Amino acid sequence: MAGSAAIELQHLCHWYGSGSMRRQVLQGVNLQVAAGEVVLLTGPSGCGKTTLLTLVGALRQVQEGAVRVLGQQLNGASRRERQVLRRSIGMIFQGHNLLRCLSAEQNVQMGSDLLLELSYRARRDQAREWLRAVGLGDELHKLPHDLSGGQKQRVAIARALAARPRLLLADEPTAALDSKTGREVVELLQRLAREQGCAVLMVTHDPRILDIADRLVRMEDGLLLEAERPRETAQA
Amino acid sequence: MGLWQGRRIPLSLLLLTRQPVRLAVALAGISFAGILMFMQLGFRDGLFDASVTIHRLFDADLVLISPRSTSSVSMAGFPKRRLVQAMAAPEVEGISPVHWNLLLWRNPETRGTRSILTLGFEPNDPLFTDPSLAPKARLLTQKGRVLFDEQSRPEFGPVAQWFKAGRTVESEIAGKRVRVAGLVGLGTSFGADGNLLTSSETFLELLPNTPPGSIEVGLIRLRPGSDPEAVAQKLQAQLPSDVTVLTKQGFIDFEQNYWRTSTSIGFIFTLGAAMGFVVGCVIVYQVLYSDVSDHLPEYATLMAMGYKLVSLLGVVAREGLLLAAFGYLPAYAAGQGLYLLVRSATQLPVFMDTTRAVTVFSMILVMCMASAALAMRRLADADPAEIF
Repeated sequence: MAGSAAIELQHLCHWYGSGSMRRQVLQGVNLQVAAGEVVLLTGPSGCGKTTLLTLVGALRQVQEGAVRVLGQQLNGASRRERQVLRRSIGMIFQGHNLLRCLSAEQNVQMGSDLLLELSYRARRDQAREWLRAVGLGDELHKLPHDLSGGQKQRVAIARALAARPRLLLADEPTAALDSKTGREVVELLQRLAREQGCAVLMVTHDPRILDIADRLVRMEDGLLLEAERPRETAQA
Repeated sequence: MGLWQGRRIPLSLLLLTRQPVRLAVALAGISFAGILMFMQLGFRDGLFDASVTIHRLFDADLVLISPRSTSSVSMAGFPKRRLVQAMAAPEVEGISPVHWNLLLWRNPETRGTRSILTLGFEPNDPLFTDPSLAPKARLLTQKGRVLFDEQSRPEFGPVAQWFKAGRTVESEIAGKRVRVAGLVGLGTSFGADGNLLTSSETFLELLPNTPPGSIEVGLIRLRPGSDPEAVAQKLQAQLPSDVTVLTKQGFIDFEQNYWRTSTSIGFIFTLGAAMGFVVGCVIVYQVLYSDVSDHLPEYATLMAMGYKLVSLLGVVAREGLLLAAFGYLPAYAAGQGLYLLVRSATQLPVFMDTTRAVTVFSMILVMCMASAALAMRRLADADPAEIF
């Protein structure tokens, strides 16, 4: 597992704007995330964490530096190549971004629908399975409108996992959850990482969950500072 | 990837139905456009149909008219000899010469005059396919007798009521006294507000200036099994050019064509239908565009998850398709109801025929798909990079 890295970044640079308004947000980031590894990314707001996530998530064109995600080179990748790669990347957003017109179960199934080789029934069963896993087995048919903020975020997490990603990107997923559910969810993520070799790159400010990470990375002014291994410190 | 995927979540359907107010607005708009098209096209076709009320009734396979005739309101004469010459063809079974003109009828109650379509024929000859005419036609052998169309407009006077009440109804045509010998039911048309049948003899007495041996319409009946098209061509080649040989359908088309091309009726009603189409386009486009705009972050999320732009465009296209189907049904039902209303109020023969039902559905489909195509351009604004 350790040999095939989920994420490999070499001297990644990114700019926004053009001309005199051009502003550099990433100043040569180097990062390696192994398959199945859980990496937490912290840092002050505006330091480029979200930009890093969108680049790794194949949502943005790479400008400079080398980006390799799940074995695929993203420099100069076409729109179509990035779209296909995104099927293997689960994303959990700060806002839940659920489809308002779909029930919880249907929202999760929009994730499992990306697995075209499964039958409709199998995908639906899988969607229910994931909802039960995040503790929403009784809310299958509720619309996002009728769910609490925390429940909506758990549906979003179930949706991201339903596509059986090999890499999970999360932007402050526990921000809307109470501490108990927050812990449950990140423990679930960790279990998934172990079971399926799915790597996790999570941006978070939540100090309560830092201990689940295999590795902590801190970002400041577009540069990464490798931090200590939290598990060792926490267990020590 | 098929246009419809049964094994997926019906996203388009849910997008529409989970917003009932917007859906209702869209459907109301589409139905309104559909009803407008049904009405305008229905009126147009109904009016064209009504112009040939009489033409349809004739018992004829072929019809001879003068090439100088332009429509039922201006029929020119041709020599009756031509009709007799046509008898020479082996396929011809029988002929009926018919005099045809608009004459001034005096309303027996108000004494006002109004022009009425008058047909003069030999009472023993078949004229209409309806067999109920034959016994009444015998009454015309007496001079100065006419059969009055009871469906004529009321401006001709209470002829039918008086006659049914047992009164002797007499009036004047072109200054000559005539007596109503019976009633027939034919129906009015564009060119004629009323109809009158009489014998050739009486007709010529009413119109003494008619050149001898001249008729306006010659009906030809063929032996069973002969091809009217072929016989018409053959006769046309044999007969001199002072006569035109038409099939019965050709005679009907000749009349409708006049109203279609020489009057503005077709244009007016087609324009009305086009207005409905445009109004519908605007409404559907508005609804779909705001629907896509409202769901833009959700579309962007789906793109971030790895859905193809094409499959999201498909969602919008299917929304258009569903709107077309859902909007057409009430329009069809309302169209049926309104046609019923029009028939009872105006006597116009307006019916829901398949051609028009399909035409209007195609128009609605084009309307919805074109609007969906325009609304899709908004999807290009969905940037998955903006949603983190």
